[in-house]
Amino acid sequence: MSEAIDARGVVVELGGAPIVRSVDLAVGEGEVVALLGANGSGKSTLVRSLVGVVPLAAGSVRLLGATLGRQVPWGDVGYVPQRVSATSGVPATACEVVLSGTLHGRRLRPPRDGRERACAALAAVGLGAEADTAVRTLSGGQQQRVLIARALVRQPRLLLLDEPVAGVDVPSQQTFARALAELAAAGTTVLVVLHELGALAPLIQRAVVLRHGAVVHDGAPPRPAPDHAAAGHEHIHPHDGDVDPVHDESGVTPTVRWQP
Amino acid sequence: MIEMLTDPLMQRALLVALLVGLAAPVIGTYLVQRRLSLLGDGIGHVALTGVALGWLVGNAAGLVPQDTLAIPGAVVAAILGAVAIEVVRAKGRTSGDVALALLFYGGIAGGVLIISLAGGSNANLVGYLFGSISTVSTQDLVVTVALSVLVLAVGLGLRTALFAVCHDEEFARAAGLPVGALNVVIAVVAALTVTVAMRVVGVLLVSALMIVPVAVAQMVTSSFRRTMAVAMTVGVVVCLAGLTITYFHDASPGATIVVLAIGLYALAAAARPLVASARRGGTHDPHPELPDDVVVEAP
Repeated sequence: MSEAIDARGVVVELGGAPIVRSVDLAVGEGEVVALLGANGSGKSTLVRSLVGVVPLAAGSVRLLGATLGRQVPWGDVGYVPQRVSATSGVPATACEVVLSGTLHGRRLRPPRDGRERACAALAAVGLGAEADTAVRTLSGGQQQRVLIARALVRQPRLLLLDEPVAGVDVPSQQTFARALAELAAAGTTVLVVLHELGALAPLIQRAVVLRHGAVVHDGAPPRPAPDHAAAGHEHIHPHDGDVDPVHDESGVTPTVRWQP
Repeated sequence: MIEMLTDPLMQRALLVALLVGLAAPVIGTYLVQRRLSLLGDGIGHVALTGVALGWLVGNAAGLVPQDTLAIPGAVVAAILGAVAIEVVRAKGRTSGDVALALLFYGGIAGGVLIISLAGGSNANLVGYLFGSISTVSTQDLVVTVALSVLVLAVGLGLRTALFAVCHDEEFARAAGLPVGALNVVIAVVAALTVTVAMRVVGVLLVSALMIVPVAVAQMVTSSFRRTMAVAMTVGVVVCLAGLTITYFHDASPGATIVVLAIGLYALAAAARPLVASARRGGTHDPHPELPDDVVVEAP
């Protein structure tokens, strides 16, 4: 089995600080690999370095057999960035954003059937009816799905996704998991950055866990941290202490409980 | 009216206004999208030094008229200035802001100083600062046509690629697009647009012709393609209307064109809530019909 991603000794420094420290990562063709780790462990930075968005301080990356650079067959690589792209000054429709995904290093103009392909990619993520809607009027979860469609429109052999289901509601997560399962079944290689396996758990064949920018686990998907997903588990987030829910300024404290 | 259309001077002026009205909003759309609305202003300032240097060289070489090299000088200076701005932006240095400010002020001050050294008058200077479309020569017309066609060909032909870079530079980089080269293309095309539009509205108002039509268009559209088309229409309408008005009433064509464009912006801003509510057909809930994630009990 040849390697779709072959990264060796990757070091990334941002602002002089080492964010990724000598990471070796190999993903075979057709594999579905999750990249896990706590917030700030360097997952996103590693993925961004793999697609050439942030420069390598040391090490080497080969994508689909070619050294990172012009020679990579970019038309076969799909990337879904983490952040929802900021709504820029000029409006753009979902279809226009997805159409920009048909371009790559060797294609500066969209293909003739570009619009049809963009609409098909939008339909695949359940946004077929929103093709001509301005992206800025879509919800955060819908905008995230537009970015996924932008990566799918070129029918990539290698797909890199950075927290694709963060902030997406549970039914959409399941829709996305089904779409990803179809791609994986068709032989697409997937490297997906996740905070927790969630709806994608059945698909993940192997997991790589980063801690402080270094690989601490590479093998079978690990179990969540003790009690993480168990009933009664309370999520502690770093900023939760900032607001006292009882004395919330709005004065409204609705009683909510999680659905079974 | 017939008299206006048969006047050869006015014919040339109208043709230039038409081309500038078409071309300036094309590049303006990309600049607004990447939040570089004031880039045109900066390039305009630098272009003035180019005009002055062209004038100085023309004078020294004894060319007649003296300003034969003014436009070529502006083209060269504007391209150098635009590429310099792009390099500073790409490097993302914190000192870049101050460097740009120095470049802009140096451009205006240098231009004024050199024009006076070259024996130019205040009238010559005002022509470049505020436009001098009523004195377009046949040679000017040829240059304007060539540059406008180039700007339109690049701006429309590479629309999806330029959109990709302006919309999400990180994605464009991850797609292997030649981001650096496309950024320089935008900078150079912006520089050419500035030198073309300078003739109509002058270096001080050149950016308005690139930006204000886009500001009008984006209020009434929801797609990038249509924003560009509406902006081009607005650009052509205000340029031709402004020029026509100043043919009959003595006023600065450049200032009239820009005031007309800003007037259209005010109209669109006022009409926007009405249009939006009419389009929705009264009350409309934009939220999709999805089950709640939580069960909310009555308090």
